[in-house]
Amino acid sequence: MSDTLLEIKDLKVYFPIRRKNLFSGVTQYVKAVDGVSFHIEKGETLGLVGESGSGKTTVGRSILRAIEPTAGKVTFNVDGETIDLSTLLDKELRVFRKNMQLIFQDPYSSLNPRMTVRDIIAEPIVAQKLAKGDEVDERVREAAALCKLNLEFLRRFPHAFSGGQRQRIGIARALVSRPQFIVCDESVSALDVSIQAEILNLLMDLQKEFGFTFLFIAHDLSVVAHISKRVAVMYLGQLVELAPTEDLFYTPKHPYTEALMSAIPEVDPNQEMNPVNLSGEIPSPINPPSGCRFHTRCPYVQDICKTDEPKWEEIEEKHFVTCHFANTLTLKGAKMPPSVDAA
Amino acid sequence: MAKTKEMTNNNLLEVKDLKISFKTDEGIITAVDGIKFSVKRGQTLGIVGESGSGKSVSTWSIMRLLPKNSIIDKKSSIKFQQKSGKVVEITKFKSNSRELREIRGGEVALIFQEPMSSFSPVYTIGNQIMEAVLQHRDVTKEEAQEIAIDMLDRVGISNPAQRFKQYPFELSGGMRQRAMIAVALSMNPSLLIADEPTTSLDVTIQAQILELMNELQEELGMSIIFITHNLGVIAQVADEIEVMYLGKILERGTTNDIIHEPQHPYTQALLKAIPRLDTIGERLTAISGDIPSPLSRPIGCPFYTRCEKVMPGICDVKMPEPTQLSDTHTVYCFLYEEKNV
Repeated sequence: MSDTLLEIKDLKVYFPIRRKNLFSGVTQYVKAVDGVSFHIEKGETLGLVGESGSGKTTVGRSILRAIEPTAGKVTFNVDGETIDLSTLLDKELRVFRKNMQLIFQDPYSSLNPRMTVRDIIAEPIVAQKLAKGDEVDERVREAAALCKLNLEFLRRFPHAFSGGQRQRIGIARALVSRPQFIVCDESVSALDVSIQAEILNLLMDLQKEFGFTFLFIAHDLSVVAHISKRVAVMYLGQLVELAPTEDLFYTPKHPYTEALMSAIPEVDPNQEMNPVNLSGEIPSPINPPSGCRFHTRCPYVQDICKTDEPKWEEIEEKHFVTCHFANTLTLKGAKMPPSVDAA
Repeated sequence: MAKTKEMTNNNLLEVKDLKISFKTDEGIITAVDGIKFSVKRGQTLGIVGESGSGKSVSTWSIMRLLPKNSIIDKKSSIKFQQKSGKVVEITKFKSNSRELREIRGGEVALIFQEPMSSFSPVYTIGNQIMEAVLQHRDVTKEEAQEIAIDMLDRVGISNPAQRFKQYPFELSGGMRQRAMIAVALSMNPSLLIADEPTTSLDVTIQAQILELMNELQEELGMSIIFITHNLGVIAQVADEIEVMYLGKILERGTTNDIIHEPQHPYTQALLKAIPRLDTIGERLTAISGDIPSPLSRPIGCPFYTRCEKVMPGICDVKMPEPTQLSDTHTVYCFLYEEKNV
């Protein structure tokens, strides 16, 4: 595919933990990400959702090699070249890093309180020696202007700003190295609704204008639906479903997706919520269940689910799912909201 | 104390002219500025507002759980009807008085946002529930243990007898939140204050907790004050909603009034700012500007600096009086005040 920017194949991230045994230390692994494959097209936003502990943050970070993946391949198509990130040496990686950036969740702890806003925004290009002297200032001002930050703010320190403004500073810092690919890890979760809307608009505008590619990780499903073209659902280190946003929300094919959709609180008091009750807790990623990982909580579980691992299949165009019964189950999607009557 | 007066309208709690300020190094900050609300028996009052709106401060004051630098204005009144039928004025109590200790937990219970930090890590879950029960109910240790295990079972924790002996770190986030609800309910409170109880939880667990709270409310007939910034959540649980902004109430009404016929420009803007599933890919309508700092509160209507329908010379002079739109629906906005005159 020519318009693919990023391709991830069989990504695995295992964290070793040592269990003290009476006789020997046995090393076990937390399988945070266990065989995830997907691709992201140029200029697209891919949403990634899942419960806490499903491994979505680890996926985002290991793509950037902020966490070293245990196995798997991450390839970028930049300027007609295909670059395999996993084989890059540290030095090469550092040079390549300008192409990818991360926007963090917490605008309060992700900005260094002792640096001025200008220095914070300039840091990526200074660290990577992408610009010198006046050019640094010029690029900082350009990035700040894109994020609608008042240029007089550049001399101040982060404490003087509200949450929304801080998140703009974080976005300006991500944009300054002119990246192709940006990972937004819960980037709007800590913001108030009115500010959140503004930041989402900003991200969508920037994407339209400059063709950025986003991996948008969040647990708020309506936010993800709003900004993403396609959405992937993660459960216990694996993808269970990936489809264009509307297909995924309204015609989910995996029982776990159905449960997620049914749990979205409806802003209409007259619509009764009927959340699918998932029994039990999310199992431990140290010893994930055999067969289909969701079988311990799945309301439609059959014998085969306990023994055989379902395959990642494209059952409709661009609609991927891992479930033995994806074709036979009729699942309910998110409720179509009634026409809006807010004055 | 003044003569105990009867409560009107089957109210459990009546708050009037509540004004709370904080002494800080930068000056006095008024977090809650003269608000009035009431909670009916067996009903749920939802309070919505963004950060700094004073939603937590105003409700925590019902238990007098405010930091030492807080000042409750002398004119403020918080009337609460105890289980014995006696109506007490909570603002009159000393903050360490016995009466107040009885109310805290026994009559009014609180569940917080963070299930991680609200349990002590060095005692078992069971121990902490029992402690609360022994404080407020006249029971023996064995009975308290039974109540605790029964409560854990009621909030849907599997294997309660075993969980009883576990420490908080052994429970997942959703379980800890349930355990906290169990602590709060084990004392049989008549008013439960839920301060963002589901904010840090996943949607699936959030849905379960909301369902659980609805069930328990029906069963035990308690009143709930539910604080959140998530309008979807509040639409599901509340009977009445109050919209707060910078220490003031801007609009109050039944859930249907607020969600379907919002009148205040702030409520309308807030509802439009939420991403909805039917507006996928469209631009959201953001509220321009930032929430003003509480140190430099705008004079007049607190929302006028960001309001689209601001009327210069009116909105920035004084706070509008309440306008009664229907029996249940009240709005504080000059747009409606004029029509009435």
